[in-house]
Amino acid sequence: MTPVLDLVPIWTLILGLAVFFYVLLDGFDLGVGMLYGLAPEAHARNTIMNSIAPIWDGNETWLLLGGIGLMAAFPVAFAVIIPAVYFPILVMLLALVFRGLAFEFRFRDAENRTFWDHAFCYGSGIATFAQGTVLGAFIQGFPVVDGQFGGTSFAFLTPFSVLTGIALMFGYGLLGAGWLILKTEGEVQAAARRHGRVCLVGVGVAIGIVSIWTPMISPSVAARWFTWPNMLFFAPVPALTALVAHAAWRALGSRAEATPFLAAIGLFLLSYLGIAISLYPMIVPYQLTLWDAASSPRTQAFLLVGTLFLLPVILTYSGWSYWVFRGKVRSDAGYN
Amino acid sequence: MSFDPVLLSRIQFAWVIGWHILLPAFTVGAASFIAVVEGLSLKTGREVYARVSTFWTKIFAIAFGMGVVTGIIMPFQFGTNWSRFTSAGANVLSPLFAYEGLTAFFLEAAFLGVLLFGRKLVPPWAHFVAALMVALGTLFSSFWILSANSWMQTPAGYEIVNGQFFPANWIEVIFNPSFPYRLAHTVIAFFTTTGFVVLGVGAYLIRRDRAPAESRTMLSMALWMLTVLVPVQIVVGDLHGLNTREHQPAKLAAIEARWETASRVPLTLFAIPDDKAEQNRYAIEIPYLGSLILTHDLDGQVKGLKDFPADRRPPVAIPFFAFRVMVGCAGLMLMLVAVGGWLRWRERLYDTPLFLRLCQYGLPLGFIAVIAGWFVTEVGRQPWTIYGLLRTTASVSPSLTTSDVTLSLLGYMAVYLLIYPWGLVLMLRLVRKGPMEVADSDAAIAAGRPAAPVLAPAIATVKGDAR
Repeated sequence: MTPVLDLVPIWTLILGLAVFFYVLLDGFDLGVGMLYGLAPEAHARNTIMNSIAPIWDGNETWLLLGGIGLMAAFPVAFAVIIPAVYFPILVMLLALVFRGLAFEFRFRDAENRTFWDHAFCYGSGIATFAQGTVLGAFIQGFPVVDGQFGGTSFAFLTPFSVLTGIALMFGYGLLGAGWLILKTEGEVQAAARRHGRVCLVGVGVAIGIVSIWTPMISPSVAARWFTWPNMLFFAPVPALTALVAHAAWRALGSRAEATPFLAAIGLFLLSYLGIAISLYPMIVPYQLTLWDAASSPRTQAFLLVGTLFLLPVILTYSGWSYWVFRGKVRSDAGYN
Repeated sequence: MSFDPVLLSRIQFAWVIGWHILLPAFTVGAASFIAVVEGLSLKTGREVYARVSTFWTKIFAIAFGMGVVTGIIMPFQFGTNWSRFTSAGANVLSPLFAYEGLTAFFLEAAFLGVLLFGRKLVPPWAHFVAALMVALGTLFSSFWILSANSWMQTPAGYEIVNGQFFPANWIEVIFNPSFPYRLAHTVIAFFTTTGFVVLGVGAYLIRRDRAPAESRTMLSMALWMLTVLVPVQIVVGDLHGLNTREHQPAKLAAIEARWETASRVPLTLFAIPDDKAEQNRYAIEIPYLGSLILTHDLDGQVKGLKDFPADRRPPVAIPFFAFRVMVGCAGLMLMLVAVGGWLRWRERLYDTPLFLRLCQYGLPLGFIAVIAGWFVTEVGRQPWTIYGLLRTTASVSPSLTTSDVTLSLLGYMAVYLLIYPWGLVLMLRLVRKGPMEVADSDAAIAAGRPAAPVLAPAIATVKGDAR
């Protein structure tokens, strides 16, 4: 069968969207989880956890779609990248176990509430850090031998990947703060505004360092950004990032309830775009292009037919479940 | 046998999937049970159904949550530990996994939120639809994952180019030869497992005289379902066995610990199979019965393991014993159901203490049978990941060292050994409370006393929006 149509760009877009949805949706869940640890008393903690209890499961499902989507559309990349980040994946999965169980177990197990408080907060933080190191390792690139990962299982761990791990913690923290400002009020919201500002500073510093460091470790990334006329085309990305960061700072200090969350999303979108510009068309950076790693046209076509039908359906009913739980959340209903 | 990355990766996979499968074994059936009871509640308006549904939804929530977090670990195993298997098979297998996510996981996740937290936020019919969608999601999930698993057992519809599998015909891939049997056998096994859980819990509550109406409803509904499903399962299991004989004769020979090809073979009830000497020790056999059961013919021929080169045979002891455990469970299930039917006919179903006690002891039967069956089919597939085509030893990620996999295996062991007993304790605590108190505690939450994630956001939103 000769492909009538090159499906690789379509799958790149779908996978890019799935991963971005995960980063955004579970990103604010994990950020909320980390901020949960900073909330001092039980009422605030209940409110914070309640704000994501009905939706976290659906949000985490995007991780699965991202992973399996990578396996389906770009199996060669999946087979190289996932073994290369063996330990970050392990740590992330185990941390997500504790994060996910905390919702039910904390409620059902009053004697051990403190344990599950910690499980929720540290589980979220560790999972985030692990995801950040995966991102860092991805940007560093992996040695490939015969279509398989050719390095060792600890090669992922470098100062750069530790930095991206910490950076993502600030990033998710900012998203989480934005979500809490949107969904809560009073003390909890005020705390989220303060925490959001700290996270925003962290995000700004991290974006700055990563933007300088990445071209230093990768000549191809340097060439992508710092040659003429690319410099002109891509200049809006850093400029917009600075603008959005400024807007986020102001919104965190004002009475705006939706703007901080939207600005955080904007920052993630721009950073994501920055990484895409740096690495395109590589899916295993500096080694394999999207086309090298793609699955067979039949595989891509068979899955595309269903995906184009199912994704809108999924977005519709997932949207409906968000709609059901709209509005402000409180720790209990006894006070009004 | 040495503890190399291959063996350790196999143990790790067996560990994470063995624990994981216990949860769908319960939640697939439980989701359907809850949907049925929700439907009855909606139709009749009787409070007893609402309480039964609420009670089981709480238990379901814990099991489902554990299923989600242990399930998300599974696909990543293909990348972390089995990257060469992924490289070889992903063009065929990965769309099946992806369709599982697209048709099942999002459906379950989105509607689970509404099922657990939305009772007061949506109209009753929408709550019922949410229960129905969760149940449907679990069935879609079973469909795709068992299709993928069956393809690894009986690959079809593929072509091999440079050691990689490519799809040739998707219908043949999805509906590969063992899939219809495996799907039927597994889904019935899951429903049966749930049935025995509900039966056991119902019996316990009757014995404790907690919630008489609710507990009788549970016992009665579960027993009716099991009366149909247990005999059906035995027939389907037999058909699945015939299918295995046709497509995986080496596996069948291992299940029966049969070394020599022969007609009129006996049924080996017990033996200690000896892989090295290629014979059984201490065998207890019933003449002719082997051929009759395996081929439905007294003269039927059954292939022996010696027909296959030693490096194309599965290990014998595990499939042999696991199969006997599974069939033993089926026998006990059938007895329990028969006694239950007789007692119902004599109108003594709810007040025969011995029977109620037996129902309670029978609670784990389904889980034991599911795990045993899983070992039969998966160990029986060895030494292949894709049957007859890709060896397990050629499937592992090349970068892994023994210490890498030892570390990760220890991590998974520690966490699972912590969370499984813990989850079990929490579920048993709910069972001990019974449906009345579970309903009461929710009323307390609704009154604004203890703050809880379950109903509080729902109430807060209702009042806050003042719609």
